[in-house]
Amino acid sequence: MAKRFGDVVALDHVSLQVAQGELLTILGPSGSGKTTLLKVVAGFETPDGGTVKVGGIEITALPPARRDIGMVFQNYALFPHLSVAANVAFPLEMRNVGRSEIDTRVAQALAMVELKGYEARLPRQLSGGQQQRVALARAIVFNPRLLLLDEPFGALDRKLRETMQLEVRRLQRRLGLTTVFITHDQEEALVLSDRIAVMNKGTIQQVATTTEIYERPANDFVADFVGESNIFHGTMSAPGTVTFDGGRTLQVRSEKPAGAKVGVLMRPERFAPSGANVFTGEVVESVYLGTSFKLRLACEGGLELLVRQPARGPMPAAGARVTVGIDPESIHVF
Amino acid sequence: MKTSPSRRLLVVACGLIYFFLMLPLLVVFPISLSSAPYMQFPPPGLSWQWYERYLDDPQWIDATWRSLYIGGATAVLALALGVPLAFALVRGKFFGRILIDRLALAPVIVPTIILSVAVYGLFAKLKLIGMWYGLVIAHTVLALPFVVLVIGAGLRDFDRSLEQAAEGLGASRWRTLARITLPLLRPSLVSAGLLAFISSFDEVVVALFMAGANMTLPKKMFDNIMMEIDPTIAAVSVMQILLVSIVLVLIGRFGRGLKDSAR
Repeated sequence: MAKRFGDVVALDHVSLQVAQGELLTILGPSGSGKTTLLKVVAGFETPDGGTVKVGGIEITALPPARRDIGMVFQNYALFPHLSVAANVAFPLEMRNVGRSEIDTRVAQALAMVELKGYEARLPRQLSGGQQQRVALARAIVFNPRLLLLDEPFGALDRKLRETMQLEVRRLQRRLGLTTVFITHDQEEALVLSDRIAVMNKGTIQQVATTTEIYERPANDFVADFVGESNIFHGTMSAPGTVTFDGGRTLQVRSEKPAGAKVGVLMRPERFAPSGANVFTGEVVESVYLGTSFKLRLACEGGLELLVRQPARGPMPAAGARVTVGIDPESIHVF
Repeated sequence: MKTSPSRRLLVVACGLIYFFLMLPLLVVFPISLSSAPYMQFPPPGLSWQWYERYLDDPQWIDATWRSLYIGGATAVLALALGVPLAFALVRGKFFGRILIDRLALAPVIVPTIILSVAVYGLFAKLKLIGMWYGLVIAHTVLALPFVVLVIGAGLRDFDRSLEQAAEGLGASRWRTLARITLPLLRPSLVSAGLLAFISSFDEVVVALFMAGANMTLPKKMFDNIMMEIDPTIAAVSVMQILLVSIVLVLIGRFGRGLKDSAR
């Protein structure tokens, strides 16, 4: 699928499949094309090329009203002049469902998002989290074939966001809803998803399970965007050995042939006091994070490392010399 | 708190302007209750006779009713034409949109007397002079800019994601319009309709040209001043001021002013 706005390529031959009952997250920085992709799927934008299919049926030419896709907008887009119950009833009324069935299904949906007793309220009389739940109830009440969530937690504070994330996940699993979730928050993506599609500049960088994305990213962008990382570039000088420009070598597990240019990813939390590869360096910066210390080490050969250590004992101060090690199996080569 | 000299000056200036604006009311109200048979200020005594004269005179009452239904019909017609026009001007993308946008305000810019002469010439050919609906058509032209301005401002502020949400939830364009867009625009619709009503109810220039024997209230007032001066006119004025004030209060309560669009 492709989409351009003038000279700007918003989607560059993007292809993506979501399995029945799966929660797939599209993760990317702002301007990566993720919202455009969502709008094309929902029918608010027409693609320049390509097709959108749901359950094997092509819907590319259908107007949004006939796509049977439930969507939760970034700002919730609740109808301010309608009560909570009327908001949730709206998609059913548009489908000419009978009054008594509407009442039952609205009650069910509101019970599902734990908003019983709020039927008569107007959206502006609800808190952000409650509005979010109404939007969710409205999007699932008509049993859509696909649920789209466009950064729905952006406006909530951290605690509430975490609660809502888990709640959405539980609801999605229980109802077996095929869901596409959009976010720029990599932590949120890891918490919620079955699979993650990382997008940048209109292209998909990698589609994989959450552990795969975190442990074995396909390229620099994914490694850098998801989680904290130490990324270096070198050459495979021998099987299992990477040599950096400065001459320093690193023992790794990799099938890459000798002579190949490779990227190396070491997650900060994978460093131990000792290991097959040992780094000694001076602490440039140290931050106390409660559960861990975050250290920035300046090592020999101009290498700078980000290291996380369990917060036990005194925190190494700036200027102290620290030795850390990492085993080959904790290093990802791409 | 100490008030600075410039602030004191501002208060005085505002007070004077306010006084100047209120002065006619301060004269009209007492005169309408005067017991004297001619205009005299201050009135020598109080009586309801001029209000009685107004209410007992079928000419005055006819003129009042006529003005009311002409104003009502003008409001309806101006909304019927102005709302679609405002939608097209705010949301449409078509050749000449900017030009039409400017032209929609022309009735405010063109001197009313010129407009009246032109409309008179046209309507004389169409045999619409003296017909109440002829006046409705002419007043609609004058009221249209208010409707386009107020509805246009409301539409520019409208959160279109609500319409997208409605369509995504299964509503057709028309049902989205009927269930979401128009109900949410109601304050603007109320303001636009009532402003159109007032602009017609208070209009005298076009009415002088067009009304013929069918007098509207402002025209009857004008004729009354030309012929015989008695305090009836003051009583009528008070009634008219009260009615327009009520309408303005309604706009403030249920409507959406132009000032809101700045937010």
